[in-house]
Amino acid sequence: MDSIVFLIVRRMRQPLLTLLVVYAVAILGLVLIPGRDADGGVWHMSLFHAFYFVSYMATTIGFGEIPYAFTDAQRLWVSLSLYASVISWIYAFGTILSLVQDRTFQEALAESRFARRIRKMREPFHLVCGYGETGTALVQALTRRGQHAVVIDIDEARTNIIQLQDLREVVPALHGDAALTRHLQEAGLQHPSCAGVVALTDDNDVNLKIAITAKLLNPKIKVISRADSHDVEANMASFGTDHIVDPFDTFASHLAVAFQAPCLYLLQRWLTGREGVALSEPVYPPRDGHWVVCGYGRFGKAVCARLAGEGVRVVVIEARPELTGQPESDFVAGRGTEAETLNQADIENAAGLVAGTDNDANNLSIVMTARQLNPDLFFVVRQNQHDDHDIIAAVDADMVMHPSSIIADKIRVLLATPMLYEFMSLALYQEDAWACELASRVSALVQDEVPSIREWSLDAGHTAAMHEYLVHGGQYTVEDLLRDPWYRARSLQAIVLLIHRRNDRILLPEVTTALKPGDRLLICGSRGAFTRMEWTVSHRHTLEYVKTGVDRPQGWLWRRLATHKGYRR
Amino acid sequence: MNPEKVVFGFFIVLALTLNFGFFVGEIENPEHHHVFELFAVVVVNLIATVLKFGDRSQMGALLLATSLVAILQLIAAAVVWTFAVHVYATGLTPDVMASIVSLSGGAMLANVISVILLIIETVMLRR
Repeated sequence: MDSIVFLIVRRMRQPLLTLLVVYAVAILGLVLIPGRDADGGVWHMSLFHAFYFVSYMATTIGFGEIPYAFTDAQRLWVSLSLYASVISWIYAFGTILSLVQDRTFQEALAESRFARRIRKMREPFHLVCGYGETGTALVQALTRRGQHAVVIDIDEARTNIIQLQDLREVVPALHGDAALTRHLQEAGLQHPSCAGVVALTDDNDVNLKIAITAKLLNPKIKVISRADSHDVEANMASFGTDHIVDPFDTFASHLAVAFQAPCLYLLQRWLTGREGVALSEPVYPPRDGHWVVCGYGRFGKAVCARLAGEGVRVVVIEARPELTGQPESDFVAGRGTEAETLNQADIENAAGLVAGTDNDANNLSIVMTARQLNPDLFFVVRQNQHDDHDIIAAVDADMVMHPSSIIADKIRVLLATPMLYEFMSLALYQEDAWACELASRVSALVQDEVPSIREWSLDAGHTAAMHEYLVHGGQYTVEDLLRDPWYRARSLQAIVLLIHRRNDRILLPEVTTALKPGDRLLICGSRGAFTRMEWTVSHRHTLEYVKTGVDRPQGWLWRRLATHKGYRR
Repeated sequence: MNPEKVVFGFFIVLALTLNFGFFVGEIENPEHHHVFELFAVVVVNLIATVLKFGDRSQMGALLLATSLVAILQLIAAAVVWTFAVHVYATGLTPDVMASIVSLSGGAMLANVISVILLIIETVMLRR
């Protein structure tokens, strides 16, 4: 704000001085030049009258010659000062108008508006640095859940586009370099409501700078960063970055899970999927043959390592091995887009193919060619550009690897339901049959859409009624929680996946498990089920009705009457 | 020599000297205080105020503050004058004149501070 006032005042100095001088000279002239009163006697205009006259003359309002008609000498003076004063007014207005259109002025204005908006933030928010594909997907997902976000991007076009997007919450956006500490501070890094910083720029060094700045200036908050190379990853981990997301490693580990436990992989995709997306089909990556991996970049290397870990033989096709390094496994030089190289890799006897180059057109071409040679292959396609979604979907690959959406999905889960990650790591120790049974239960809950996931903590905030009930020694089991408050004999379409109780984790608790105050629950279910469960946990009488089946009178009078009658079941 | 500093100093000192010129004389005697002098004091003070705009330093802020005080007092004096002569047409009675001159005396004090600050700044600059 200060800088705006300063800018205006500084620029207006010259025009104001001009106006002052012109007014002073005009007034002085009018006072000095003798006039004639109604009787023809000599009359001198007083300073007050001169000021009054000049005021309306200079603004071209023109009430006429008062109190007496002017002499010719006065008129001559007035016509001179009229032009001088009008010109100086135009000069002043012109300066103000050009100031308003001035770029520095507008930037100062936008920055102060942004700072004010950040200061007013009262609810927890996440600071998202970089509003590319990943940032856009993440902010959309966060705002859809009612969480707040603040965006910084170095490209002004991207920060402007936020206003055009139909986001559910207001998302303040700053056009600036997130590598500069000042910009991070302006965007609320040290704000008491700042819950986390997410570094998603396409530059590893910038992400590193953001992560270390955030850790130094506000050690309490969660820092999540994208990293595309192992060096940077190790660097970030060294100073305690909370989560580092490498899209290639993440996908490769998904692939490994799909190999070992297809049901668990399916469950993972359902539970981490965006709300409103259709349930996906299970995939079974085959082991009965070797795999062909096209492209030996960061993605290819990560996939090869995982495949080798699964004991699958890999043949790599790479056009420029001098850049990517020679793979240890079997190797064919070429692009993979033509039948010749694919045949060299013995595509006809292969089980799976990974089209993992950094060019979408080449990836599609690899899939189309390979499909002609061997239609039964298991296809994994890497999608690089968001816009290519439709054509990638059209080749109907078994698995699609899209870095932006992998990062966005992972970070969304980390920010909204971190317990889901805990659940997944616990689930890894279970048999696949366990996961298959759970998957069939989950698919029974919801028709064909991905289930909703919520994390509830039984505290005095959101679930106040439940907390109070439990604190006063009430017994409430998981089964009671999942009863329909409209008709208590029916259970809601929801499953409690995990209970977090101090240092204990209860994976898939039995229905008879009693809840304790301070528990944190991870629940999955249909959206309708959550609406009804919220009634139970936040409304005392609904809670008691669900527990006992008795609809107790609520008002003071009725309660008294009920006691009198001995009405107590 | 910086011409901008010359103009700046000129107007600030001129504001003080003109103000003194108007102030000096018997406090109740209208013949000792001419209306043109008051006019000149107001105009020069306004110019001095505008010249002080847009300086971000602590000294600049204080200079602007003193000028604003002076302007406030002088405009009050001019308004009293106008009311006495034109609105109530009582003329410049001794009590009216006394209040006009004392208002301008207050403005002069502010102008003195302004000049002192200017001198301090110059001395501290040492070049």
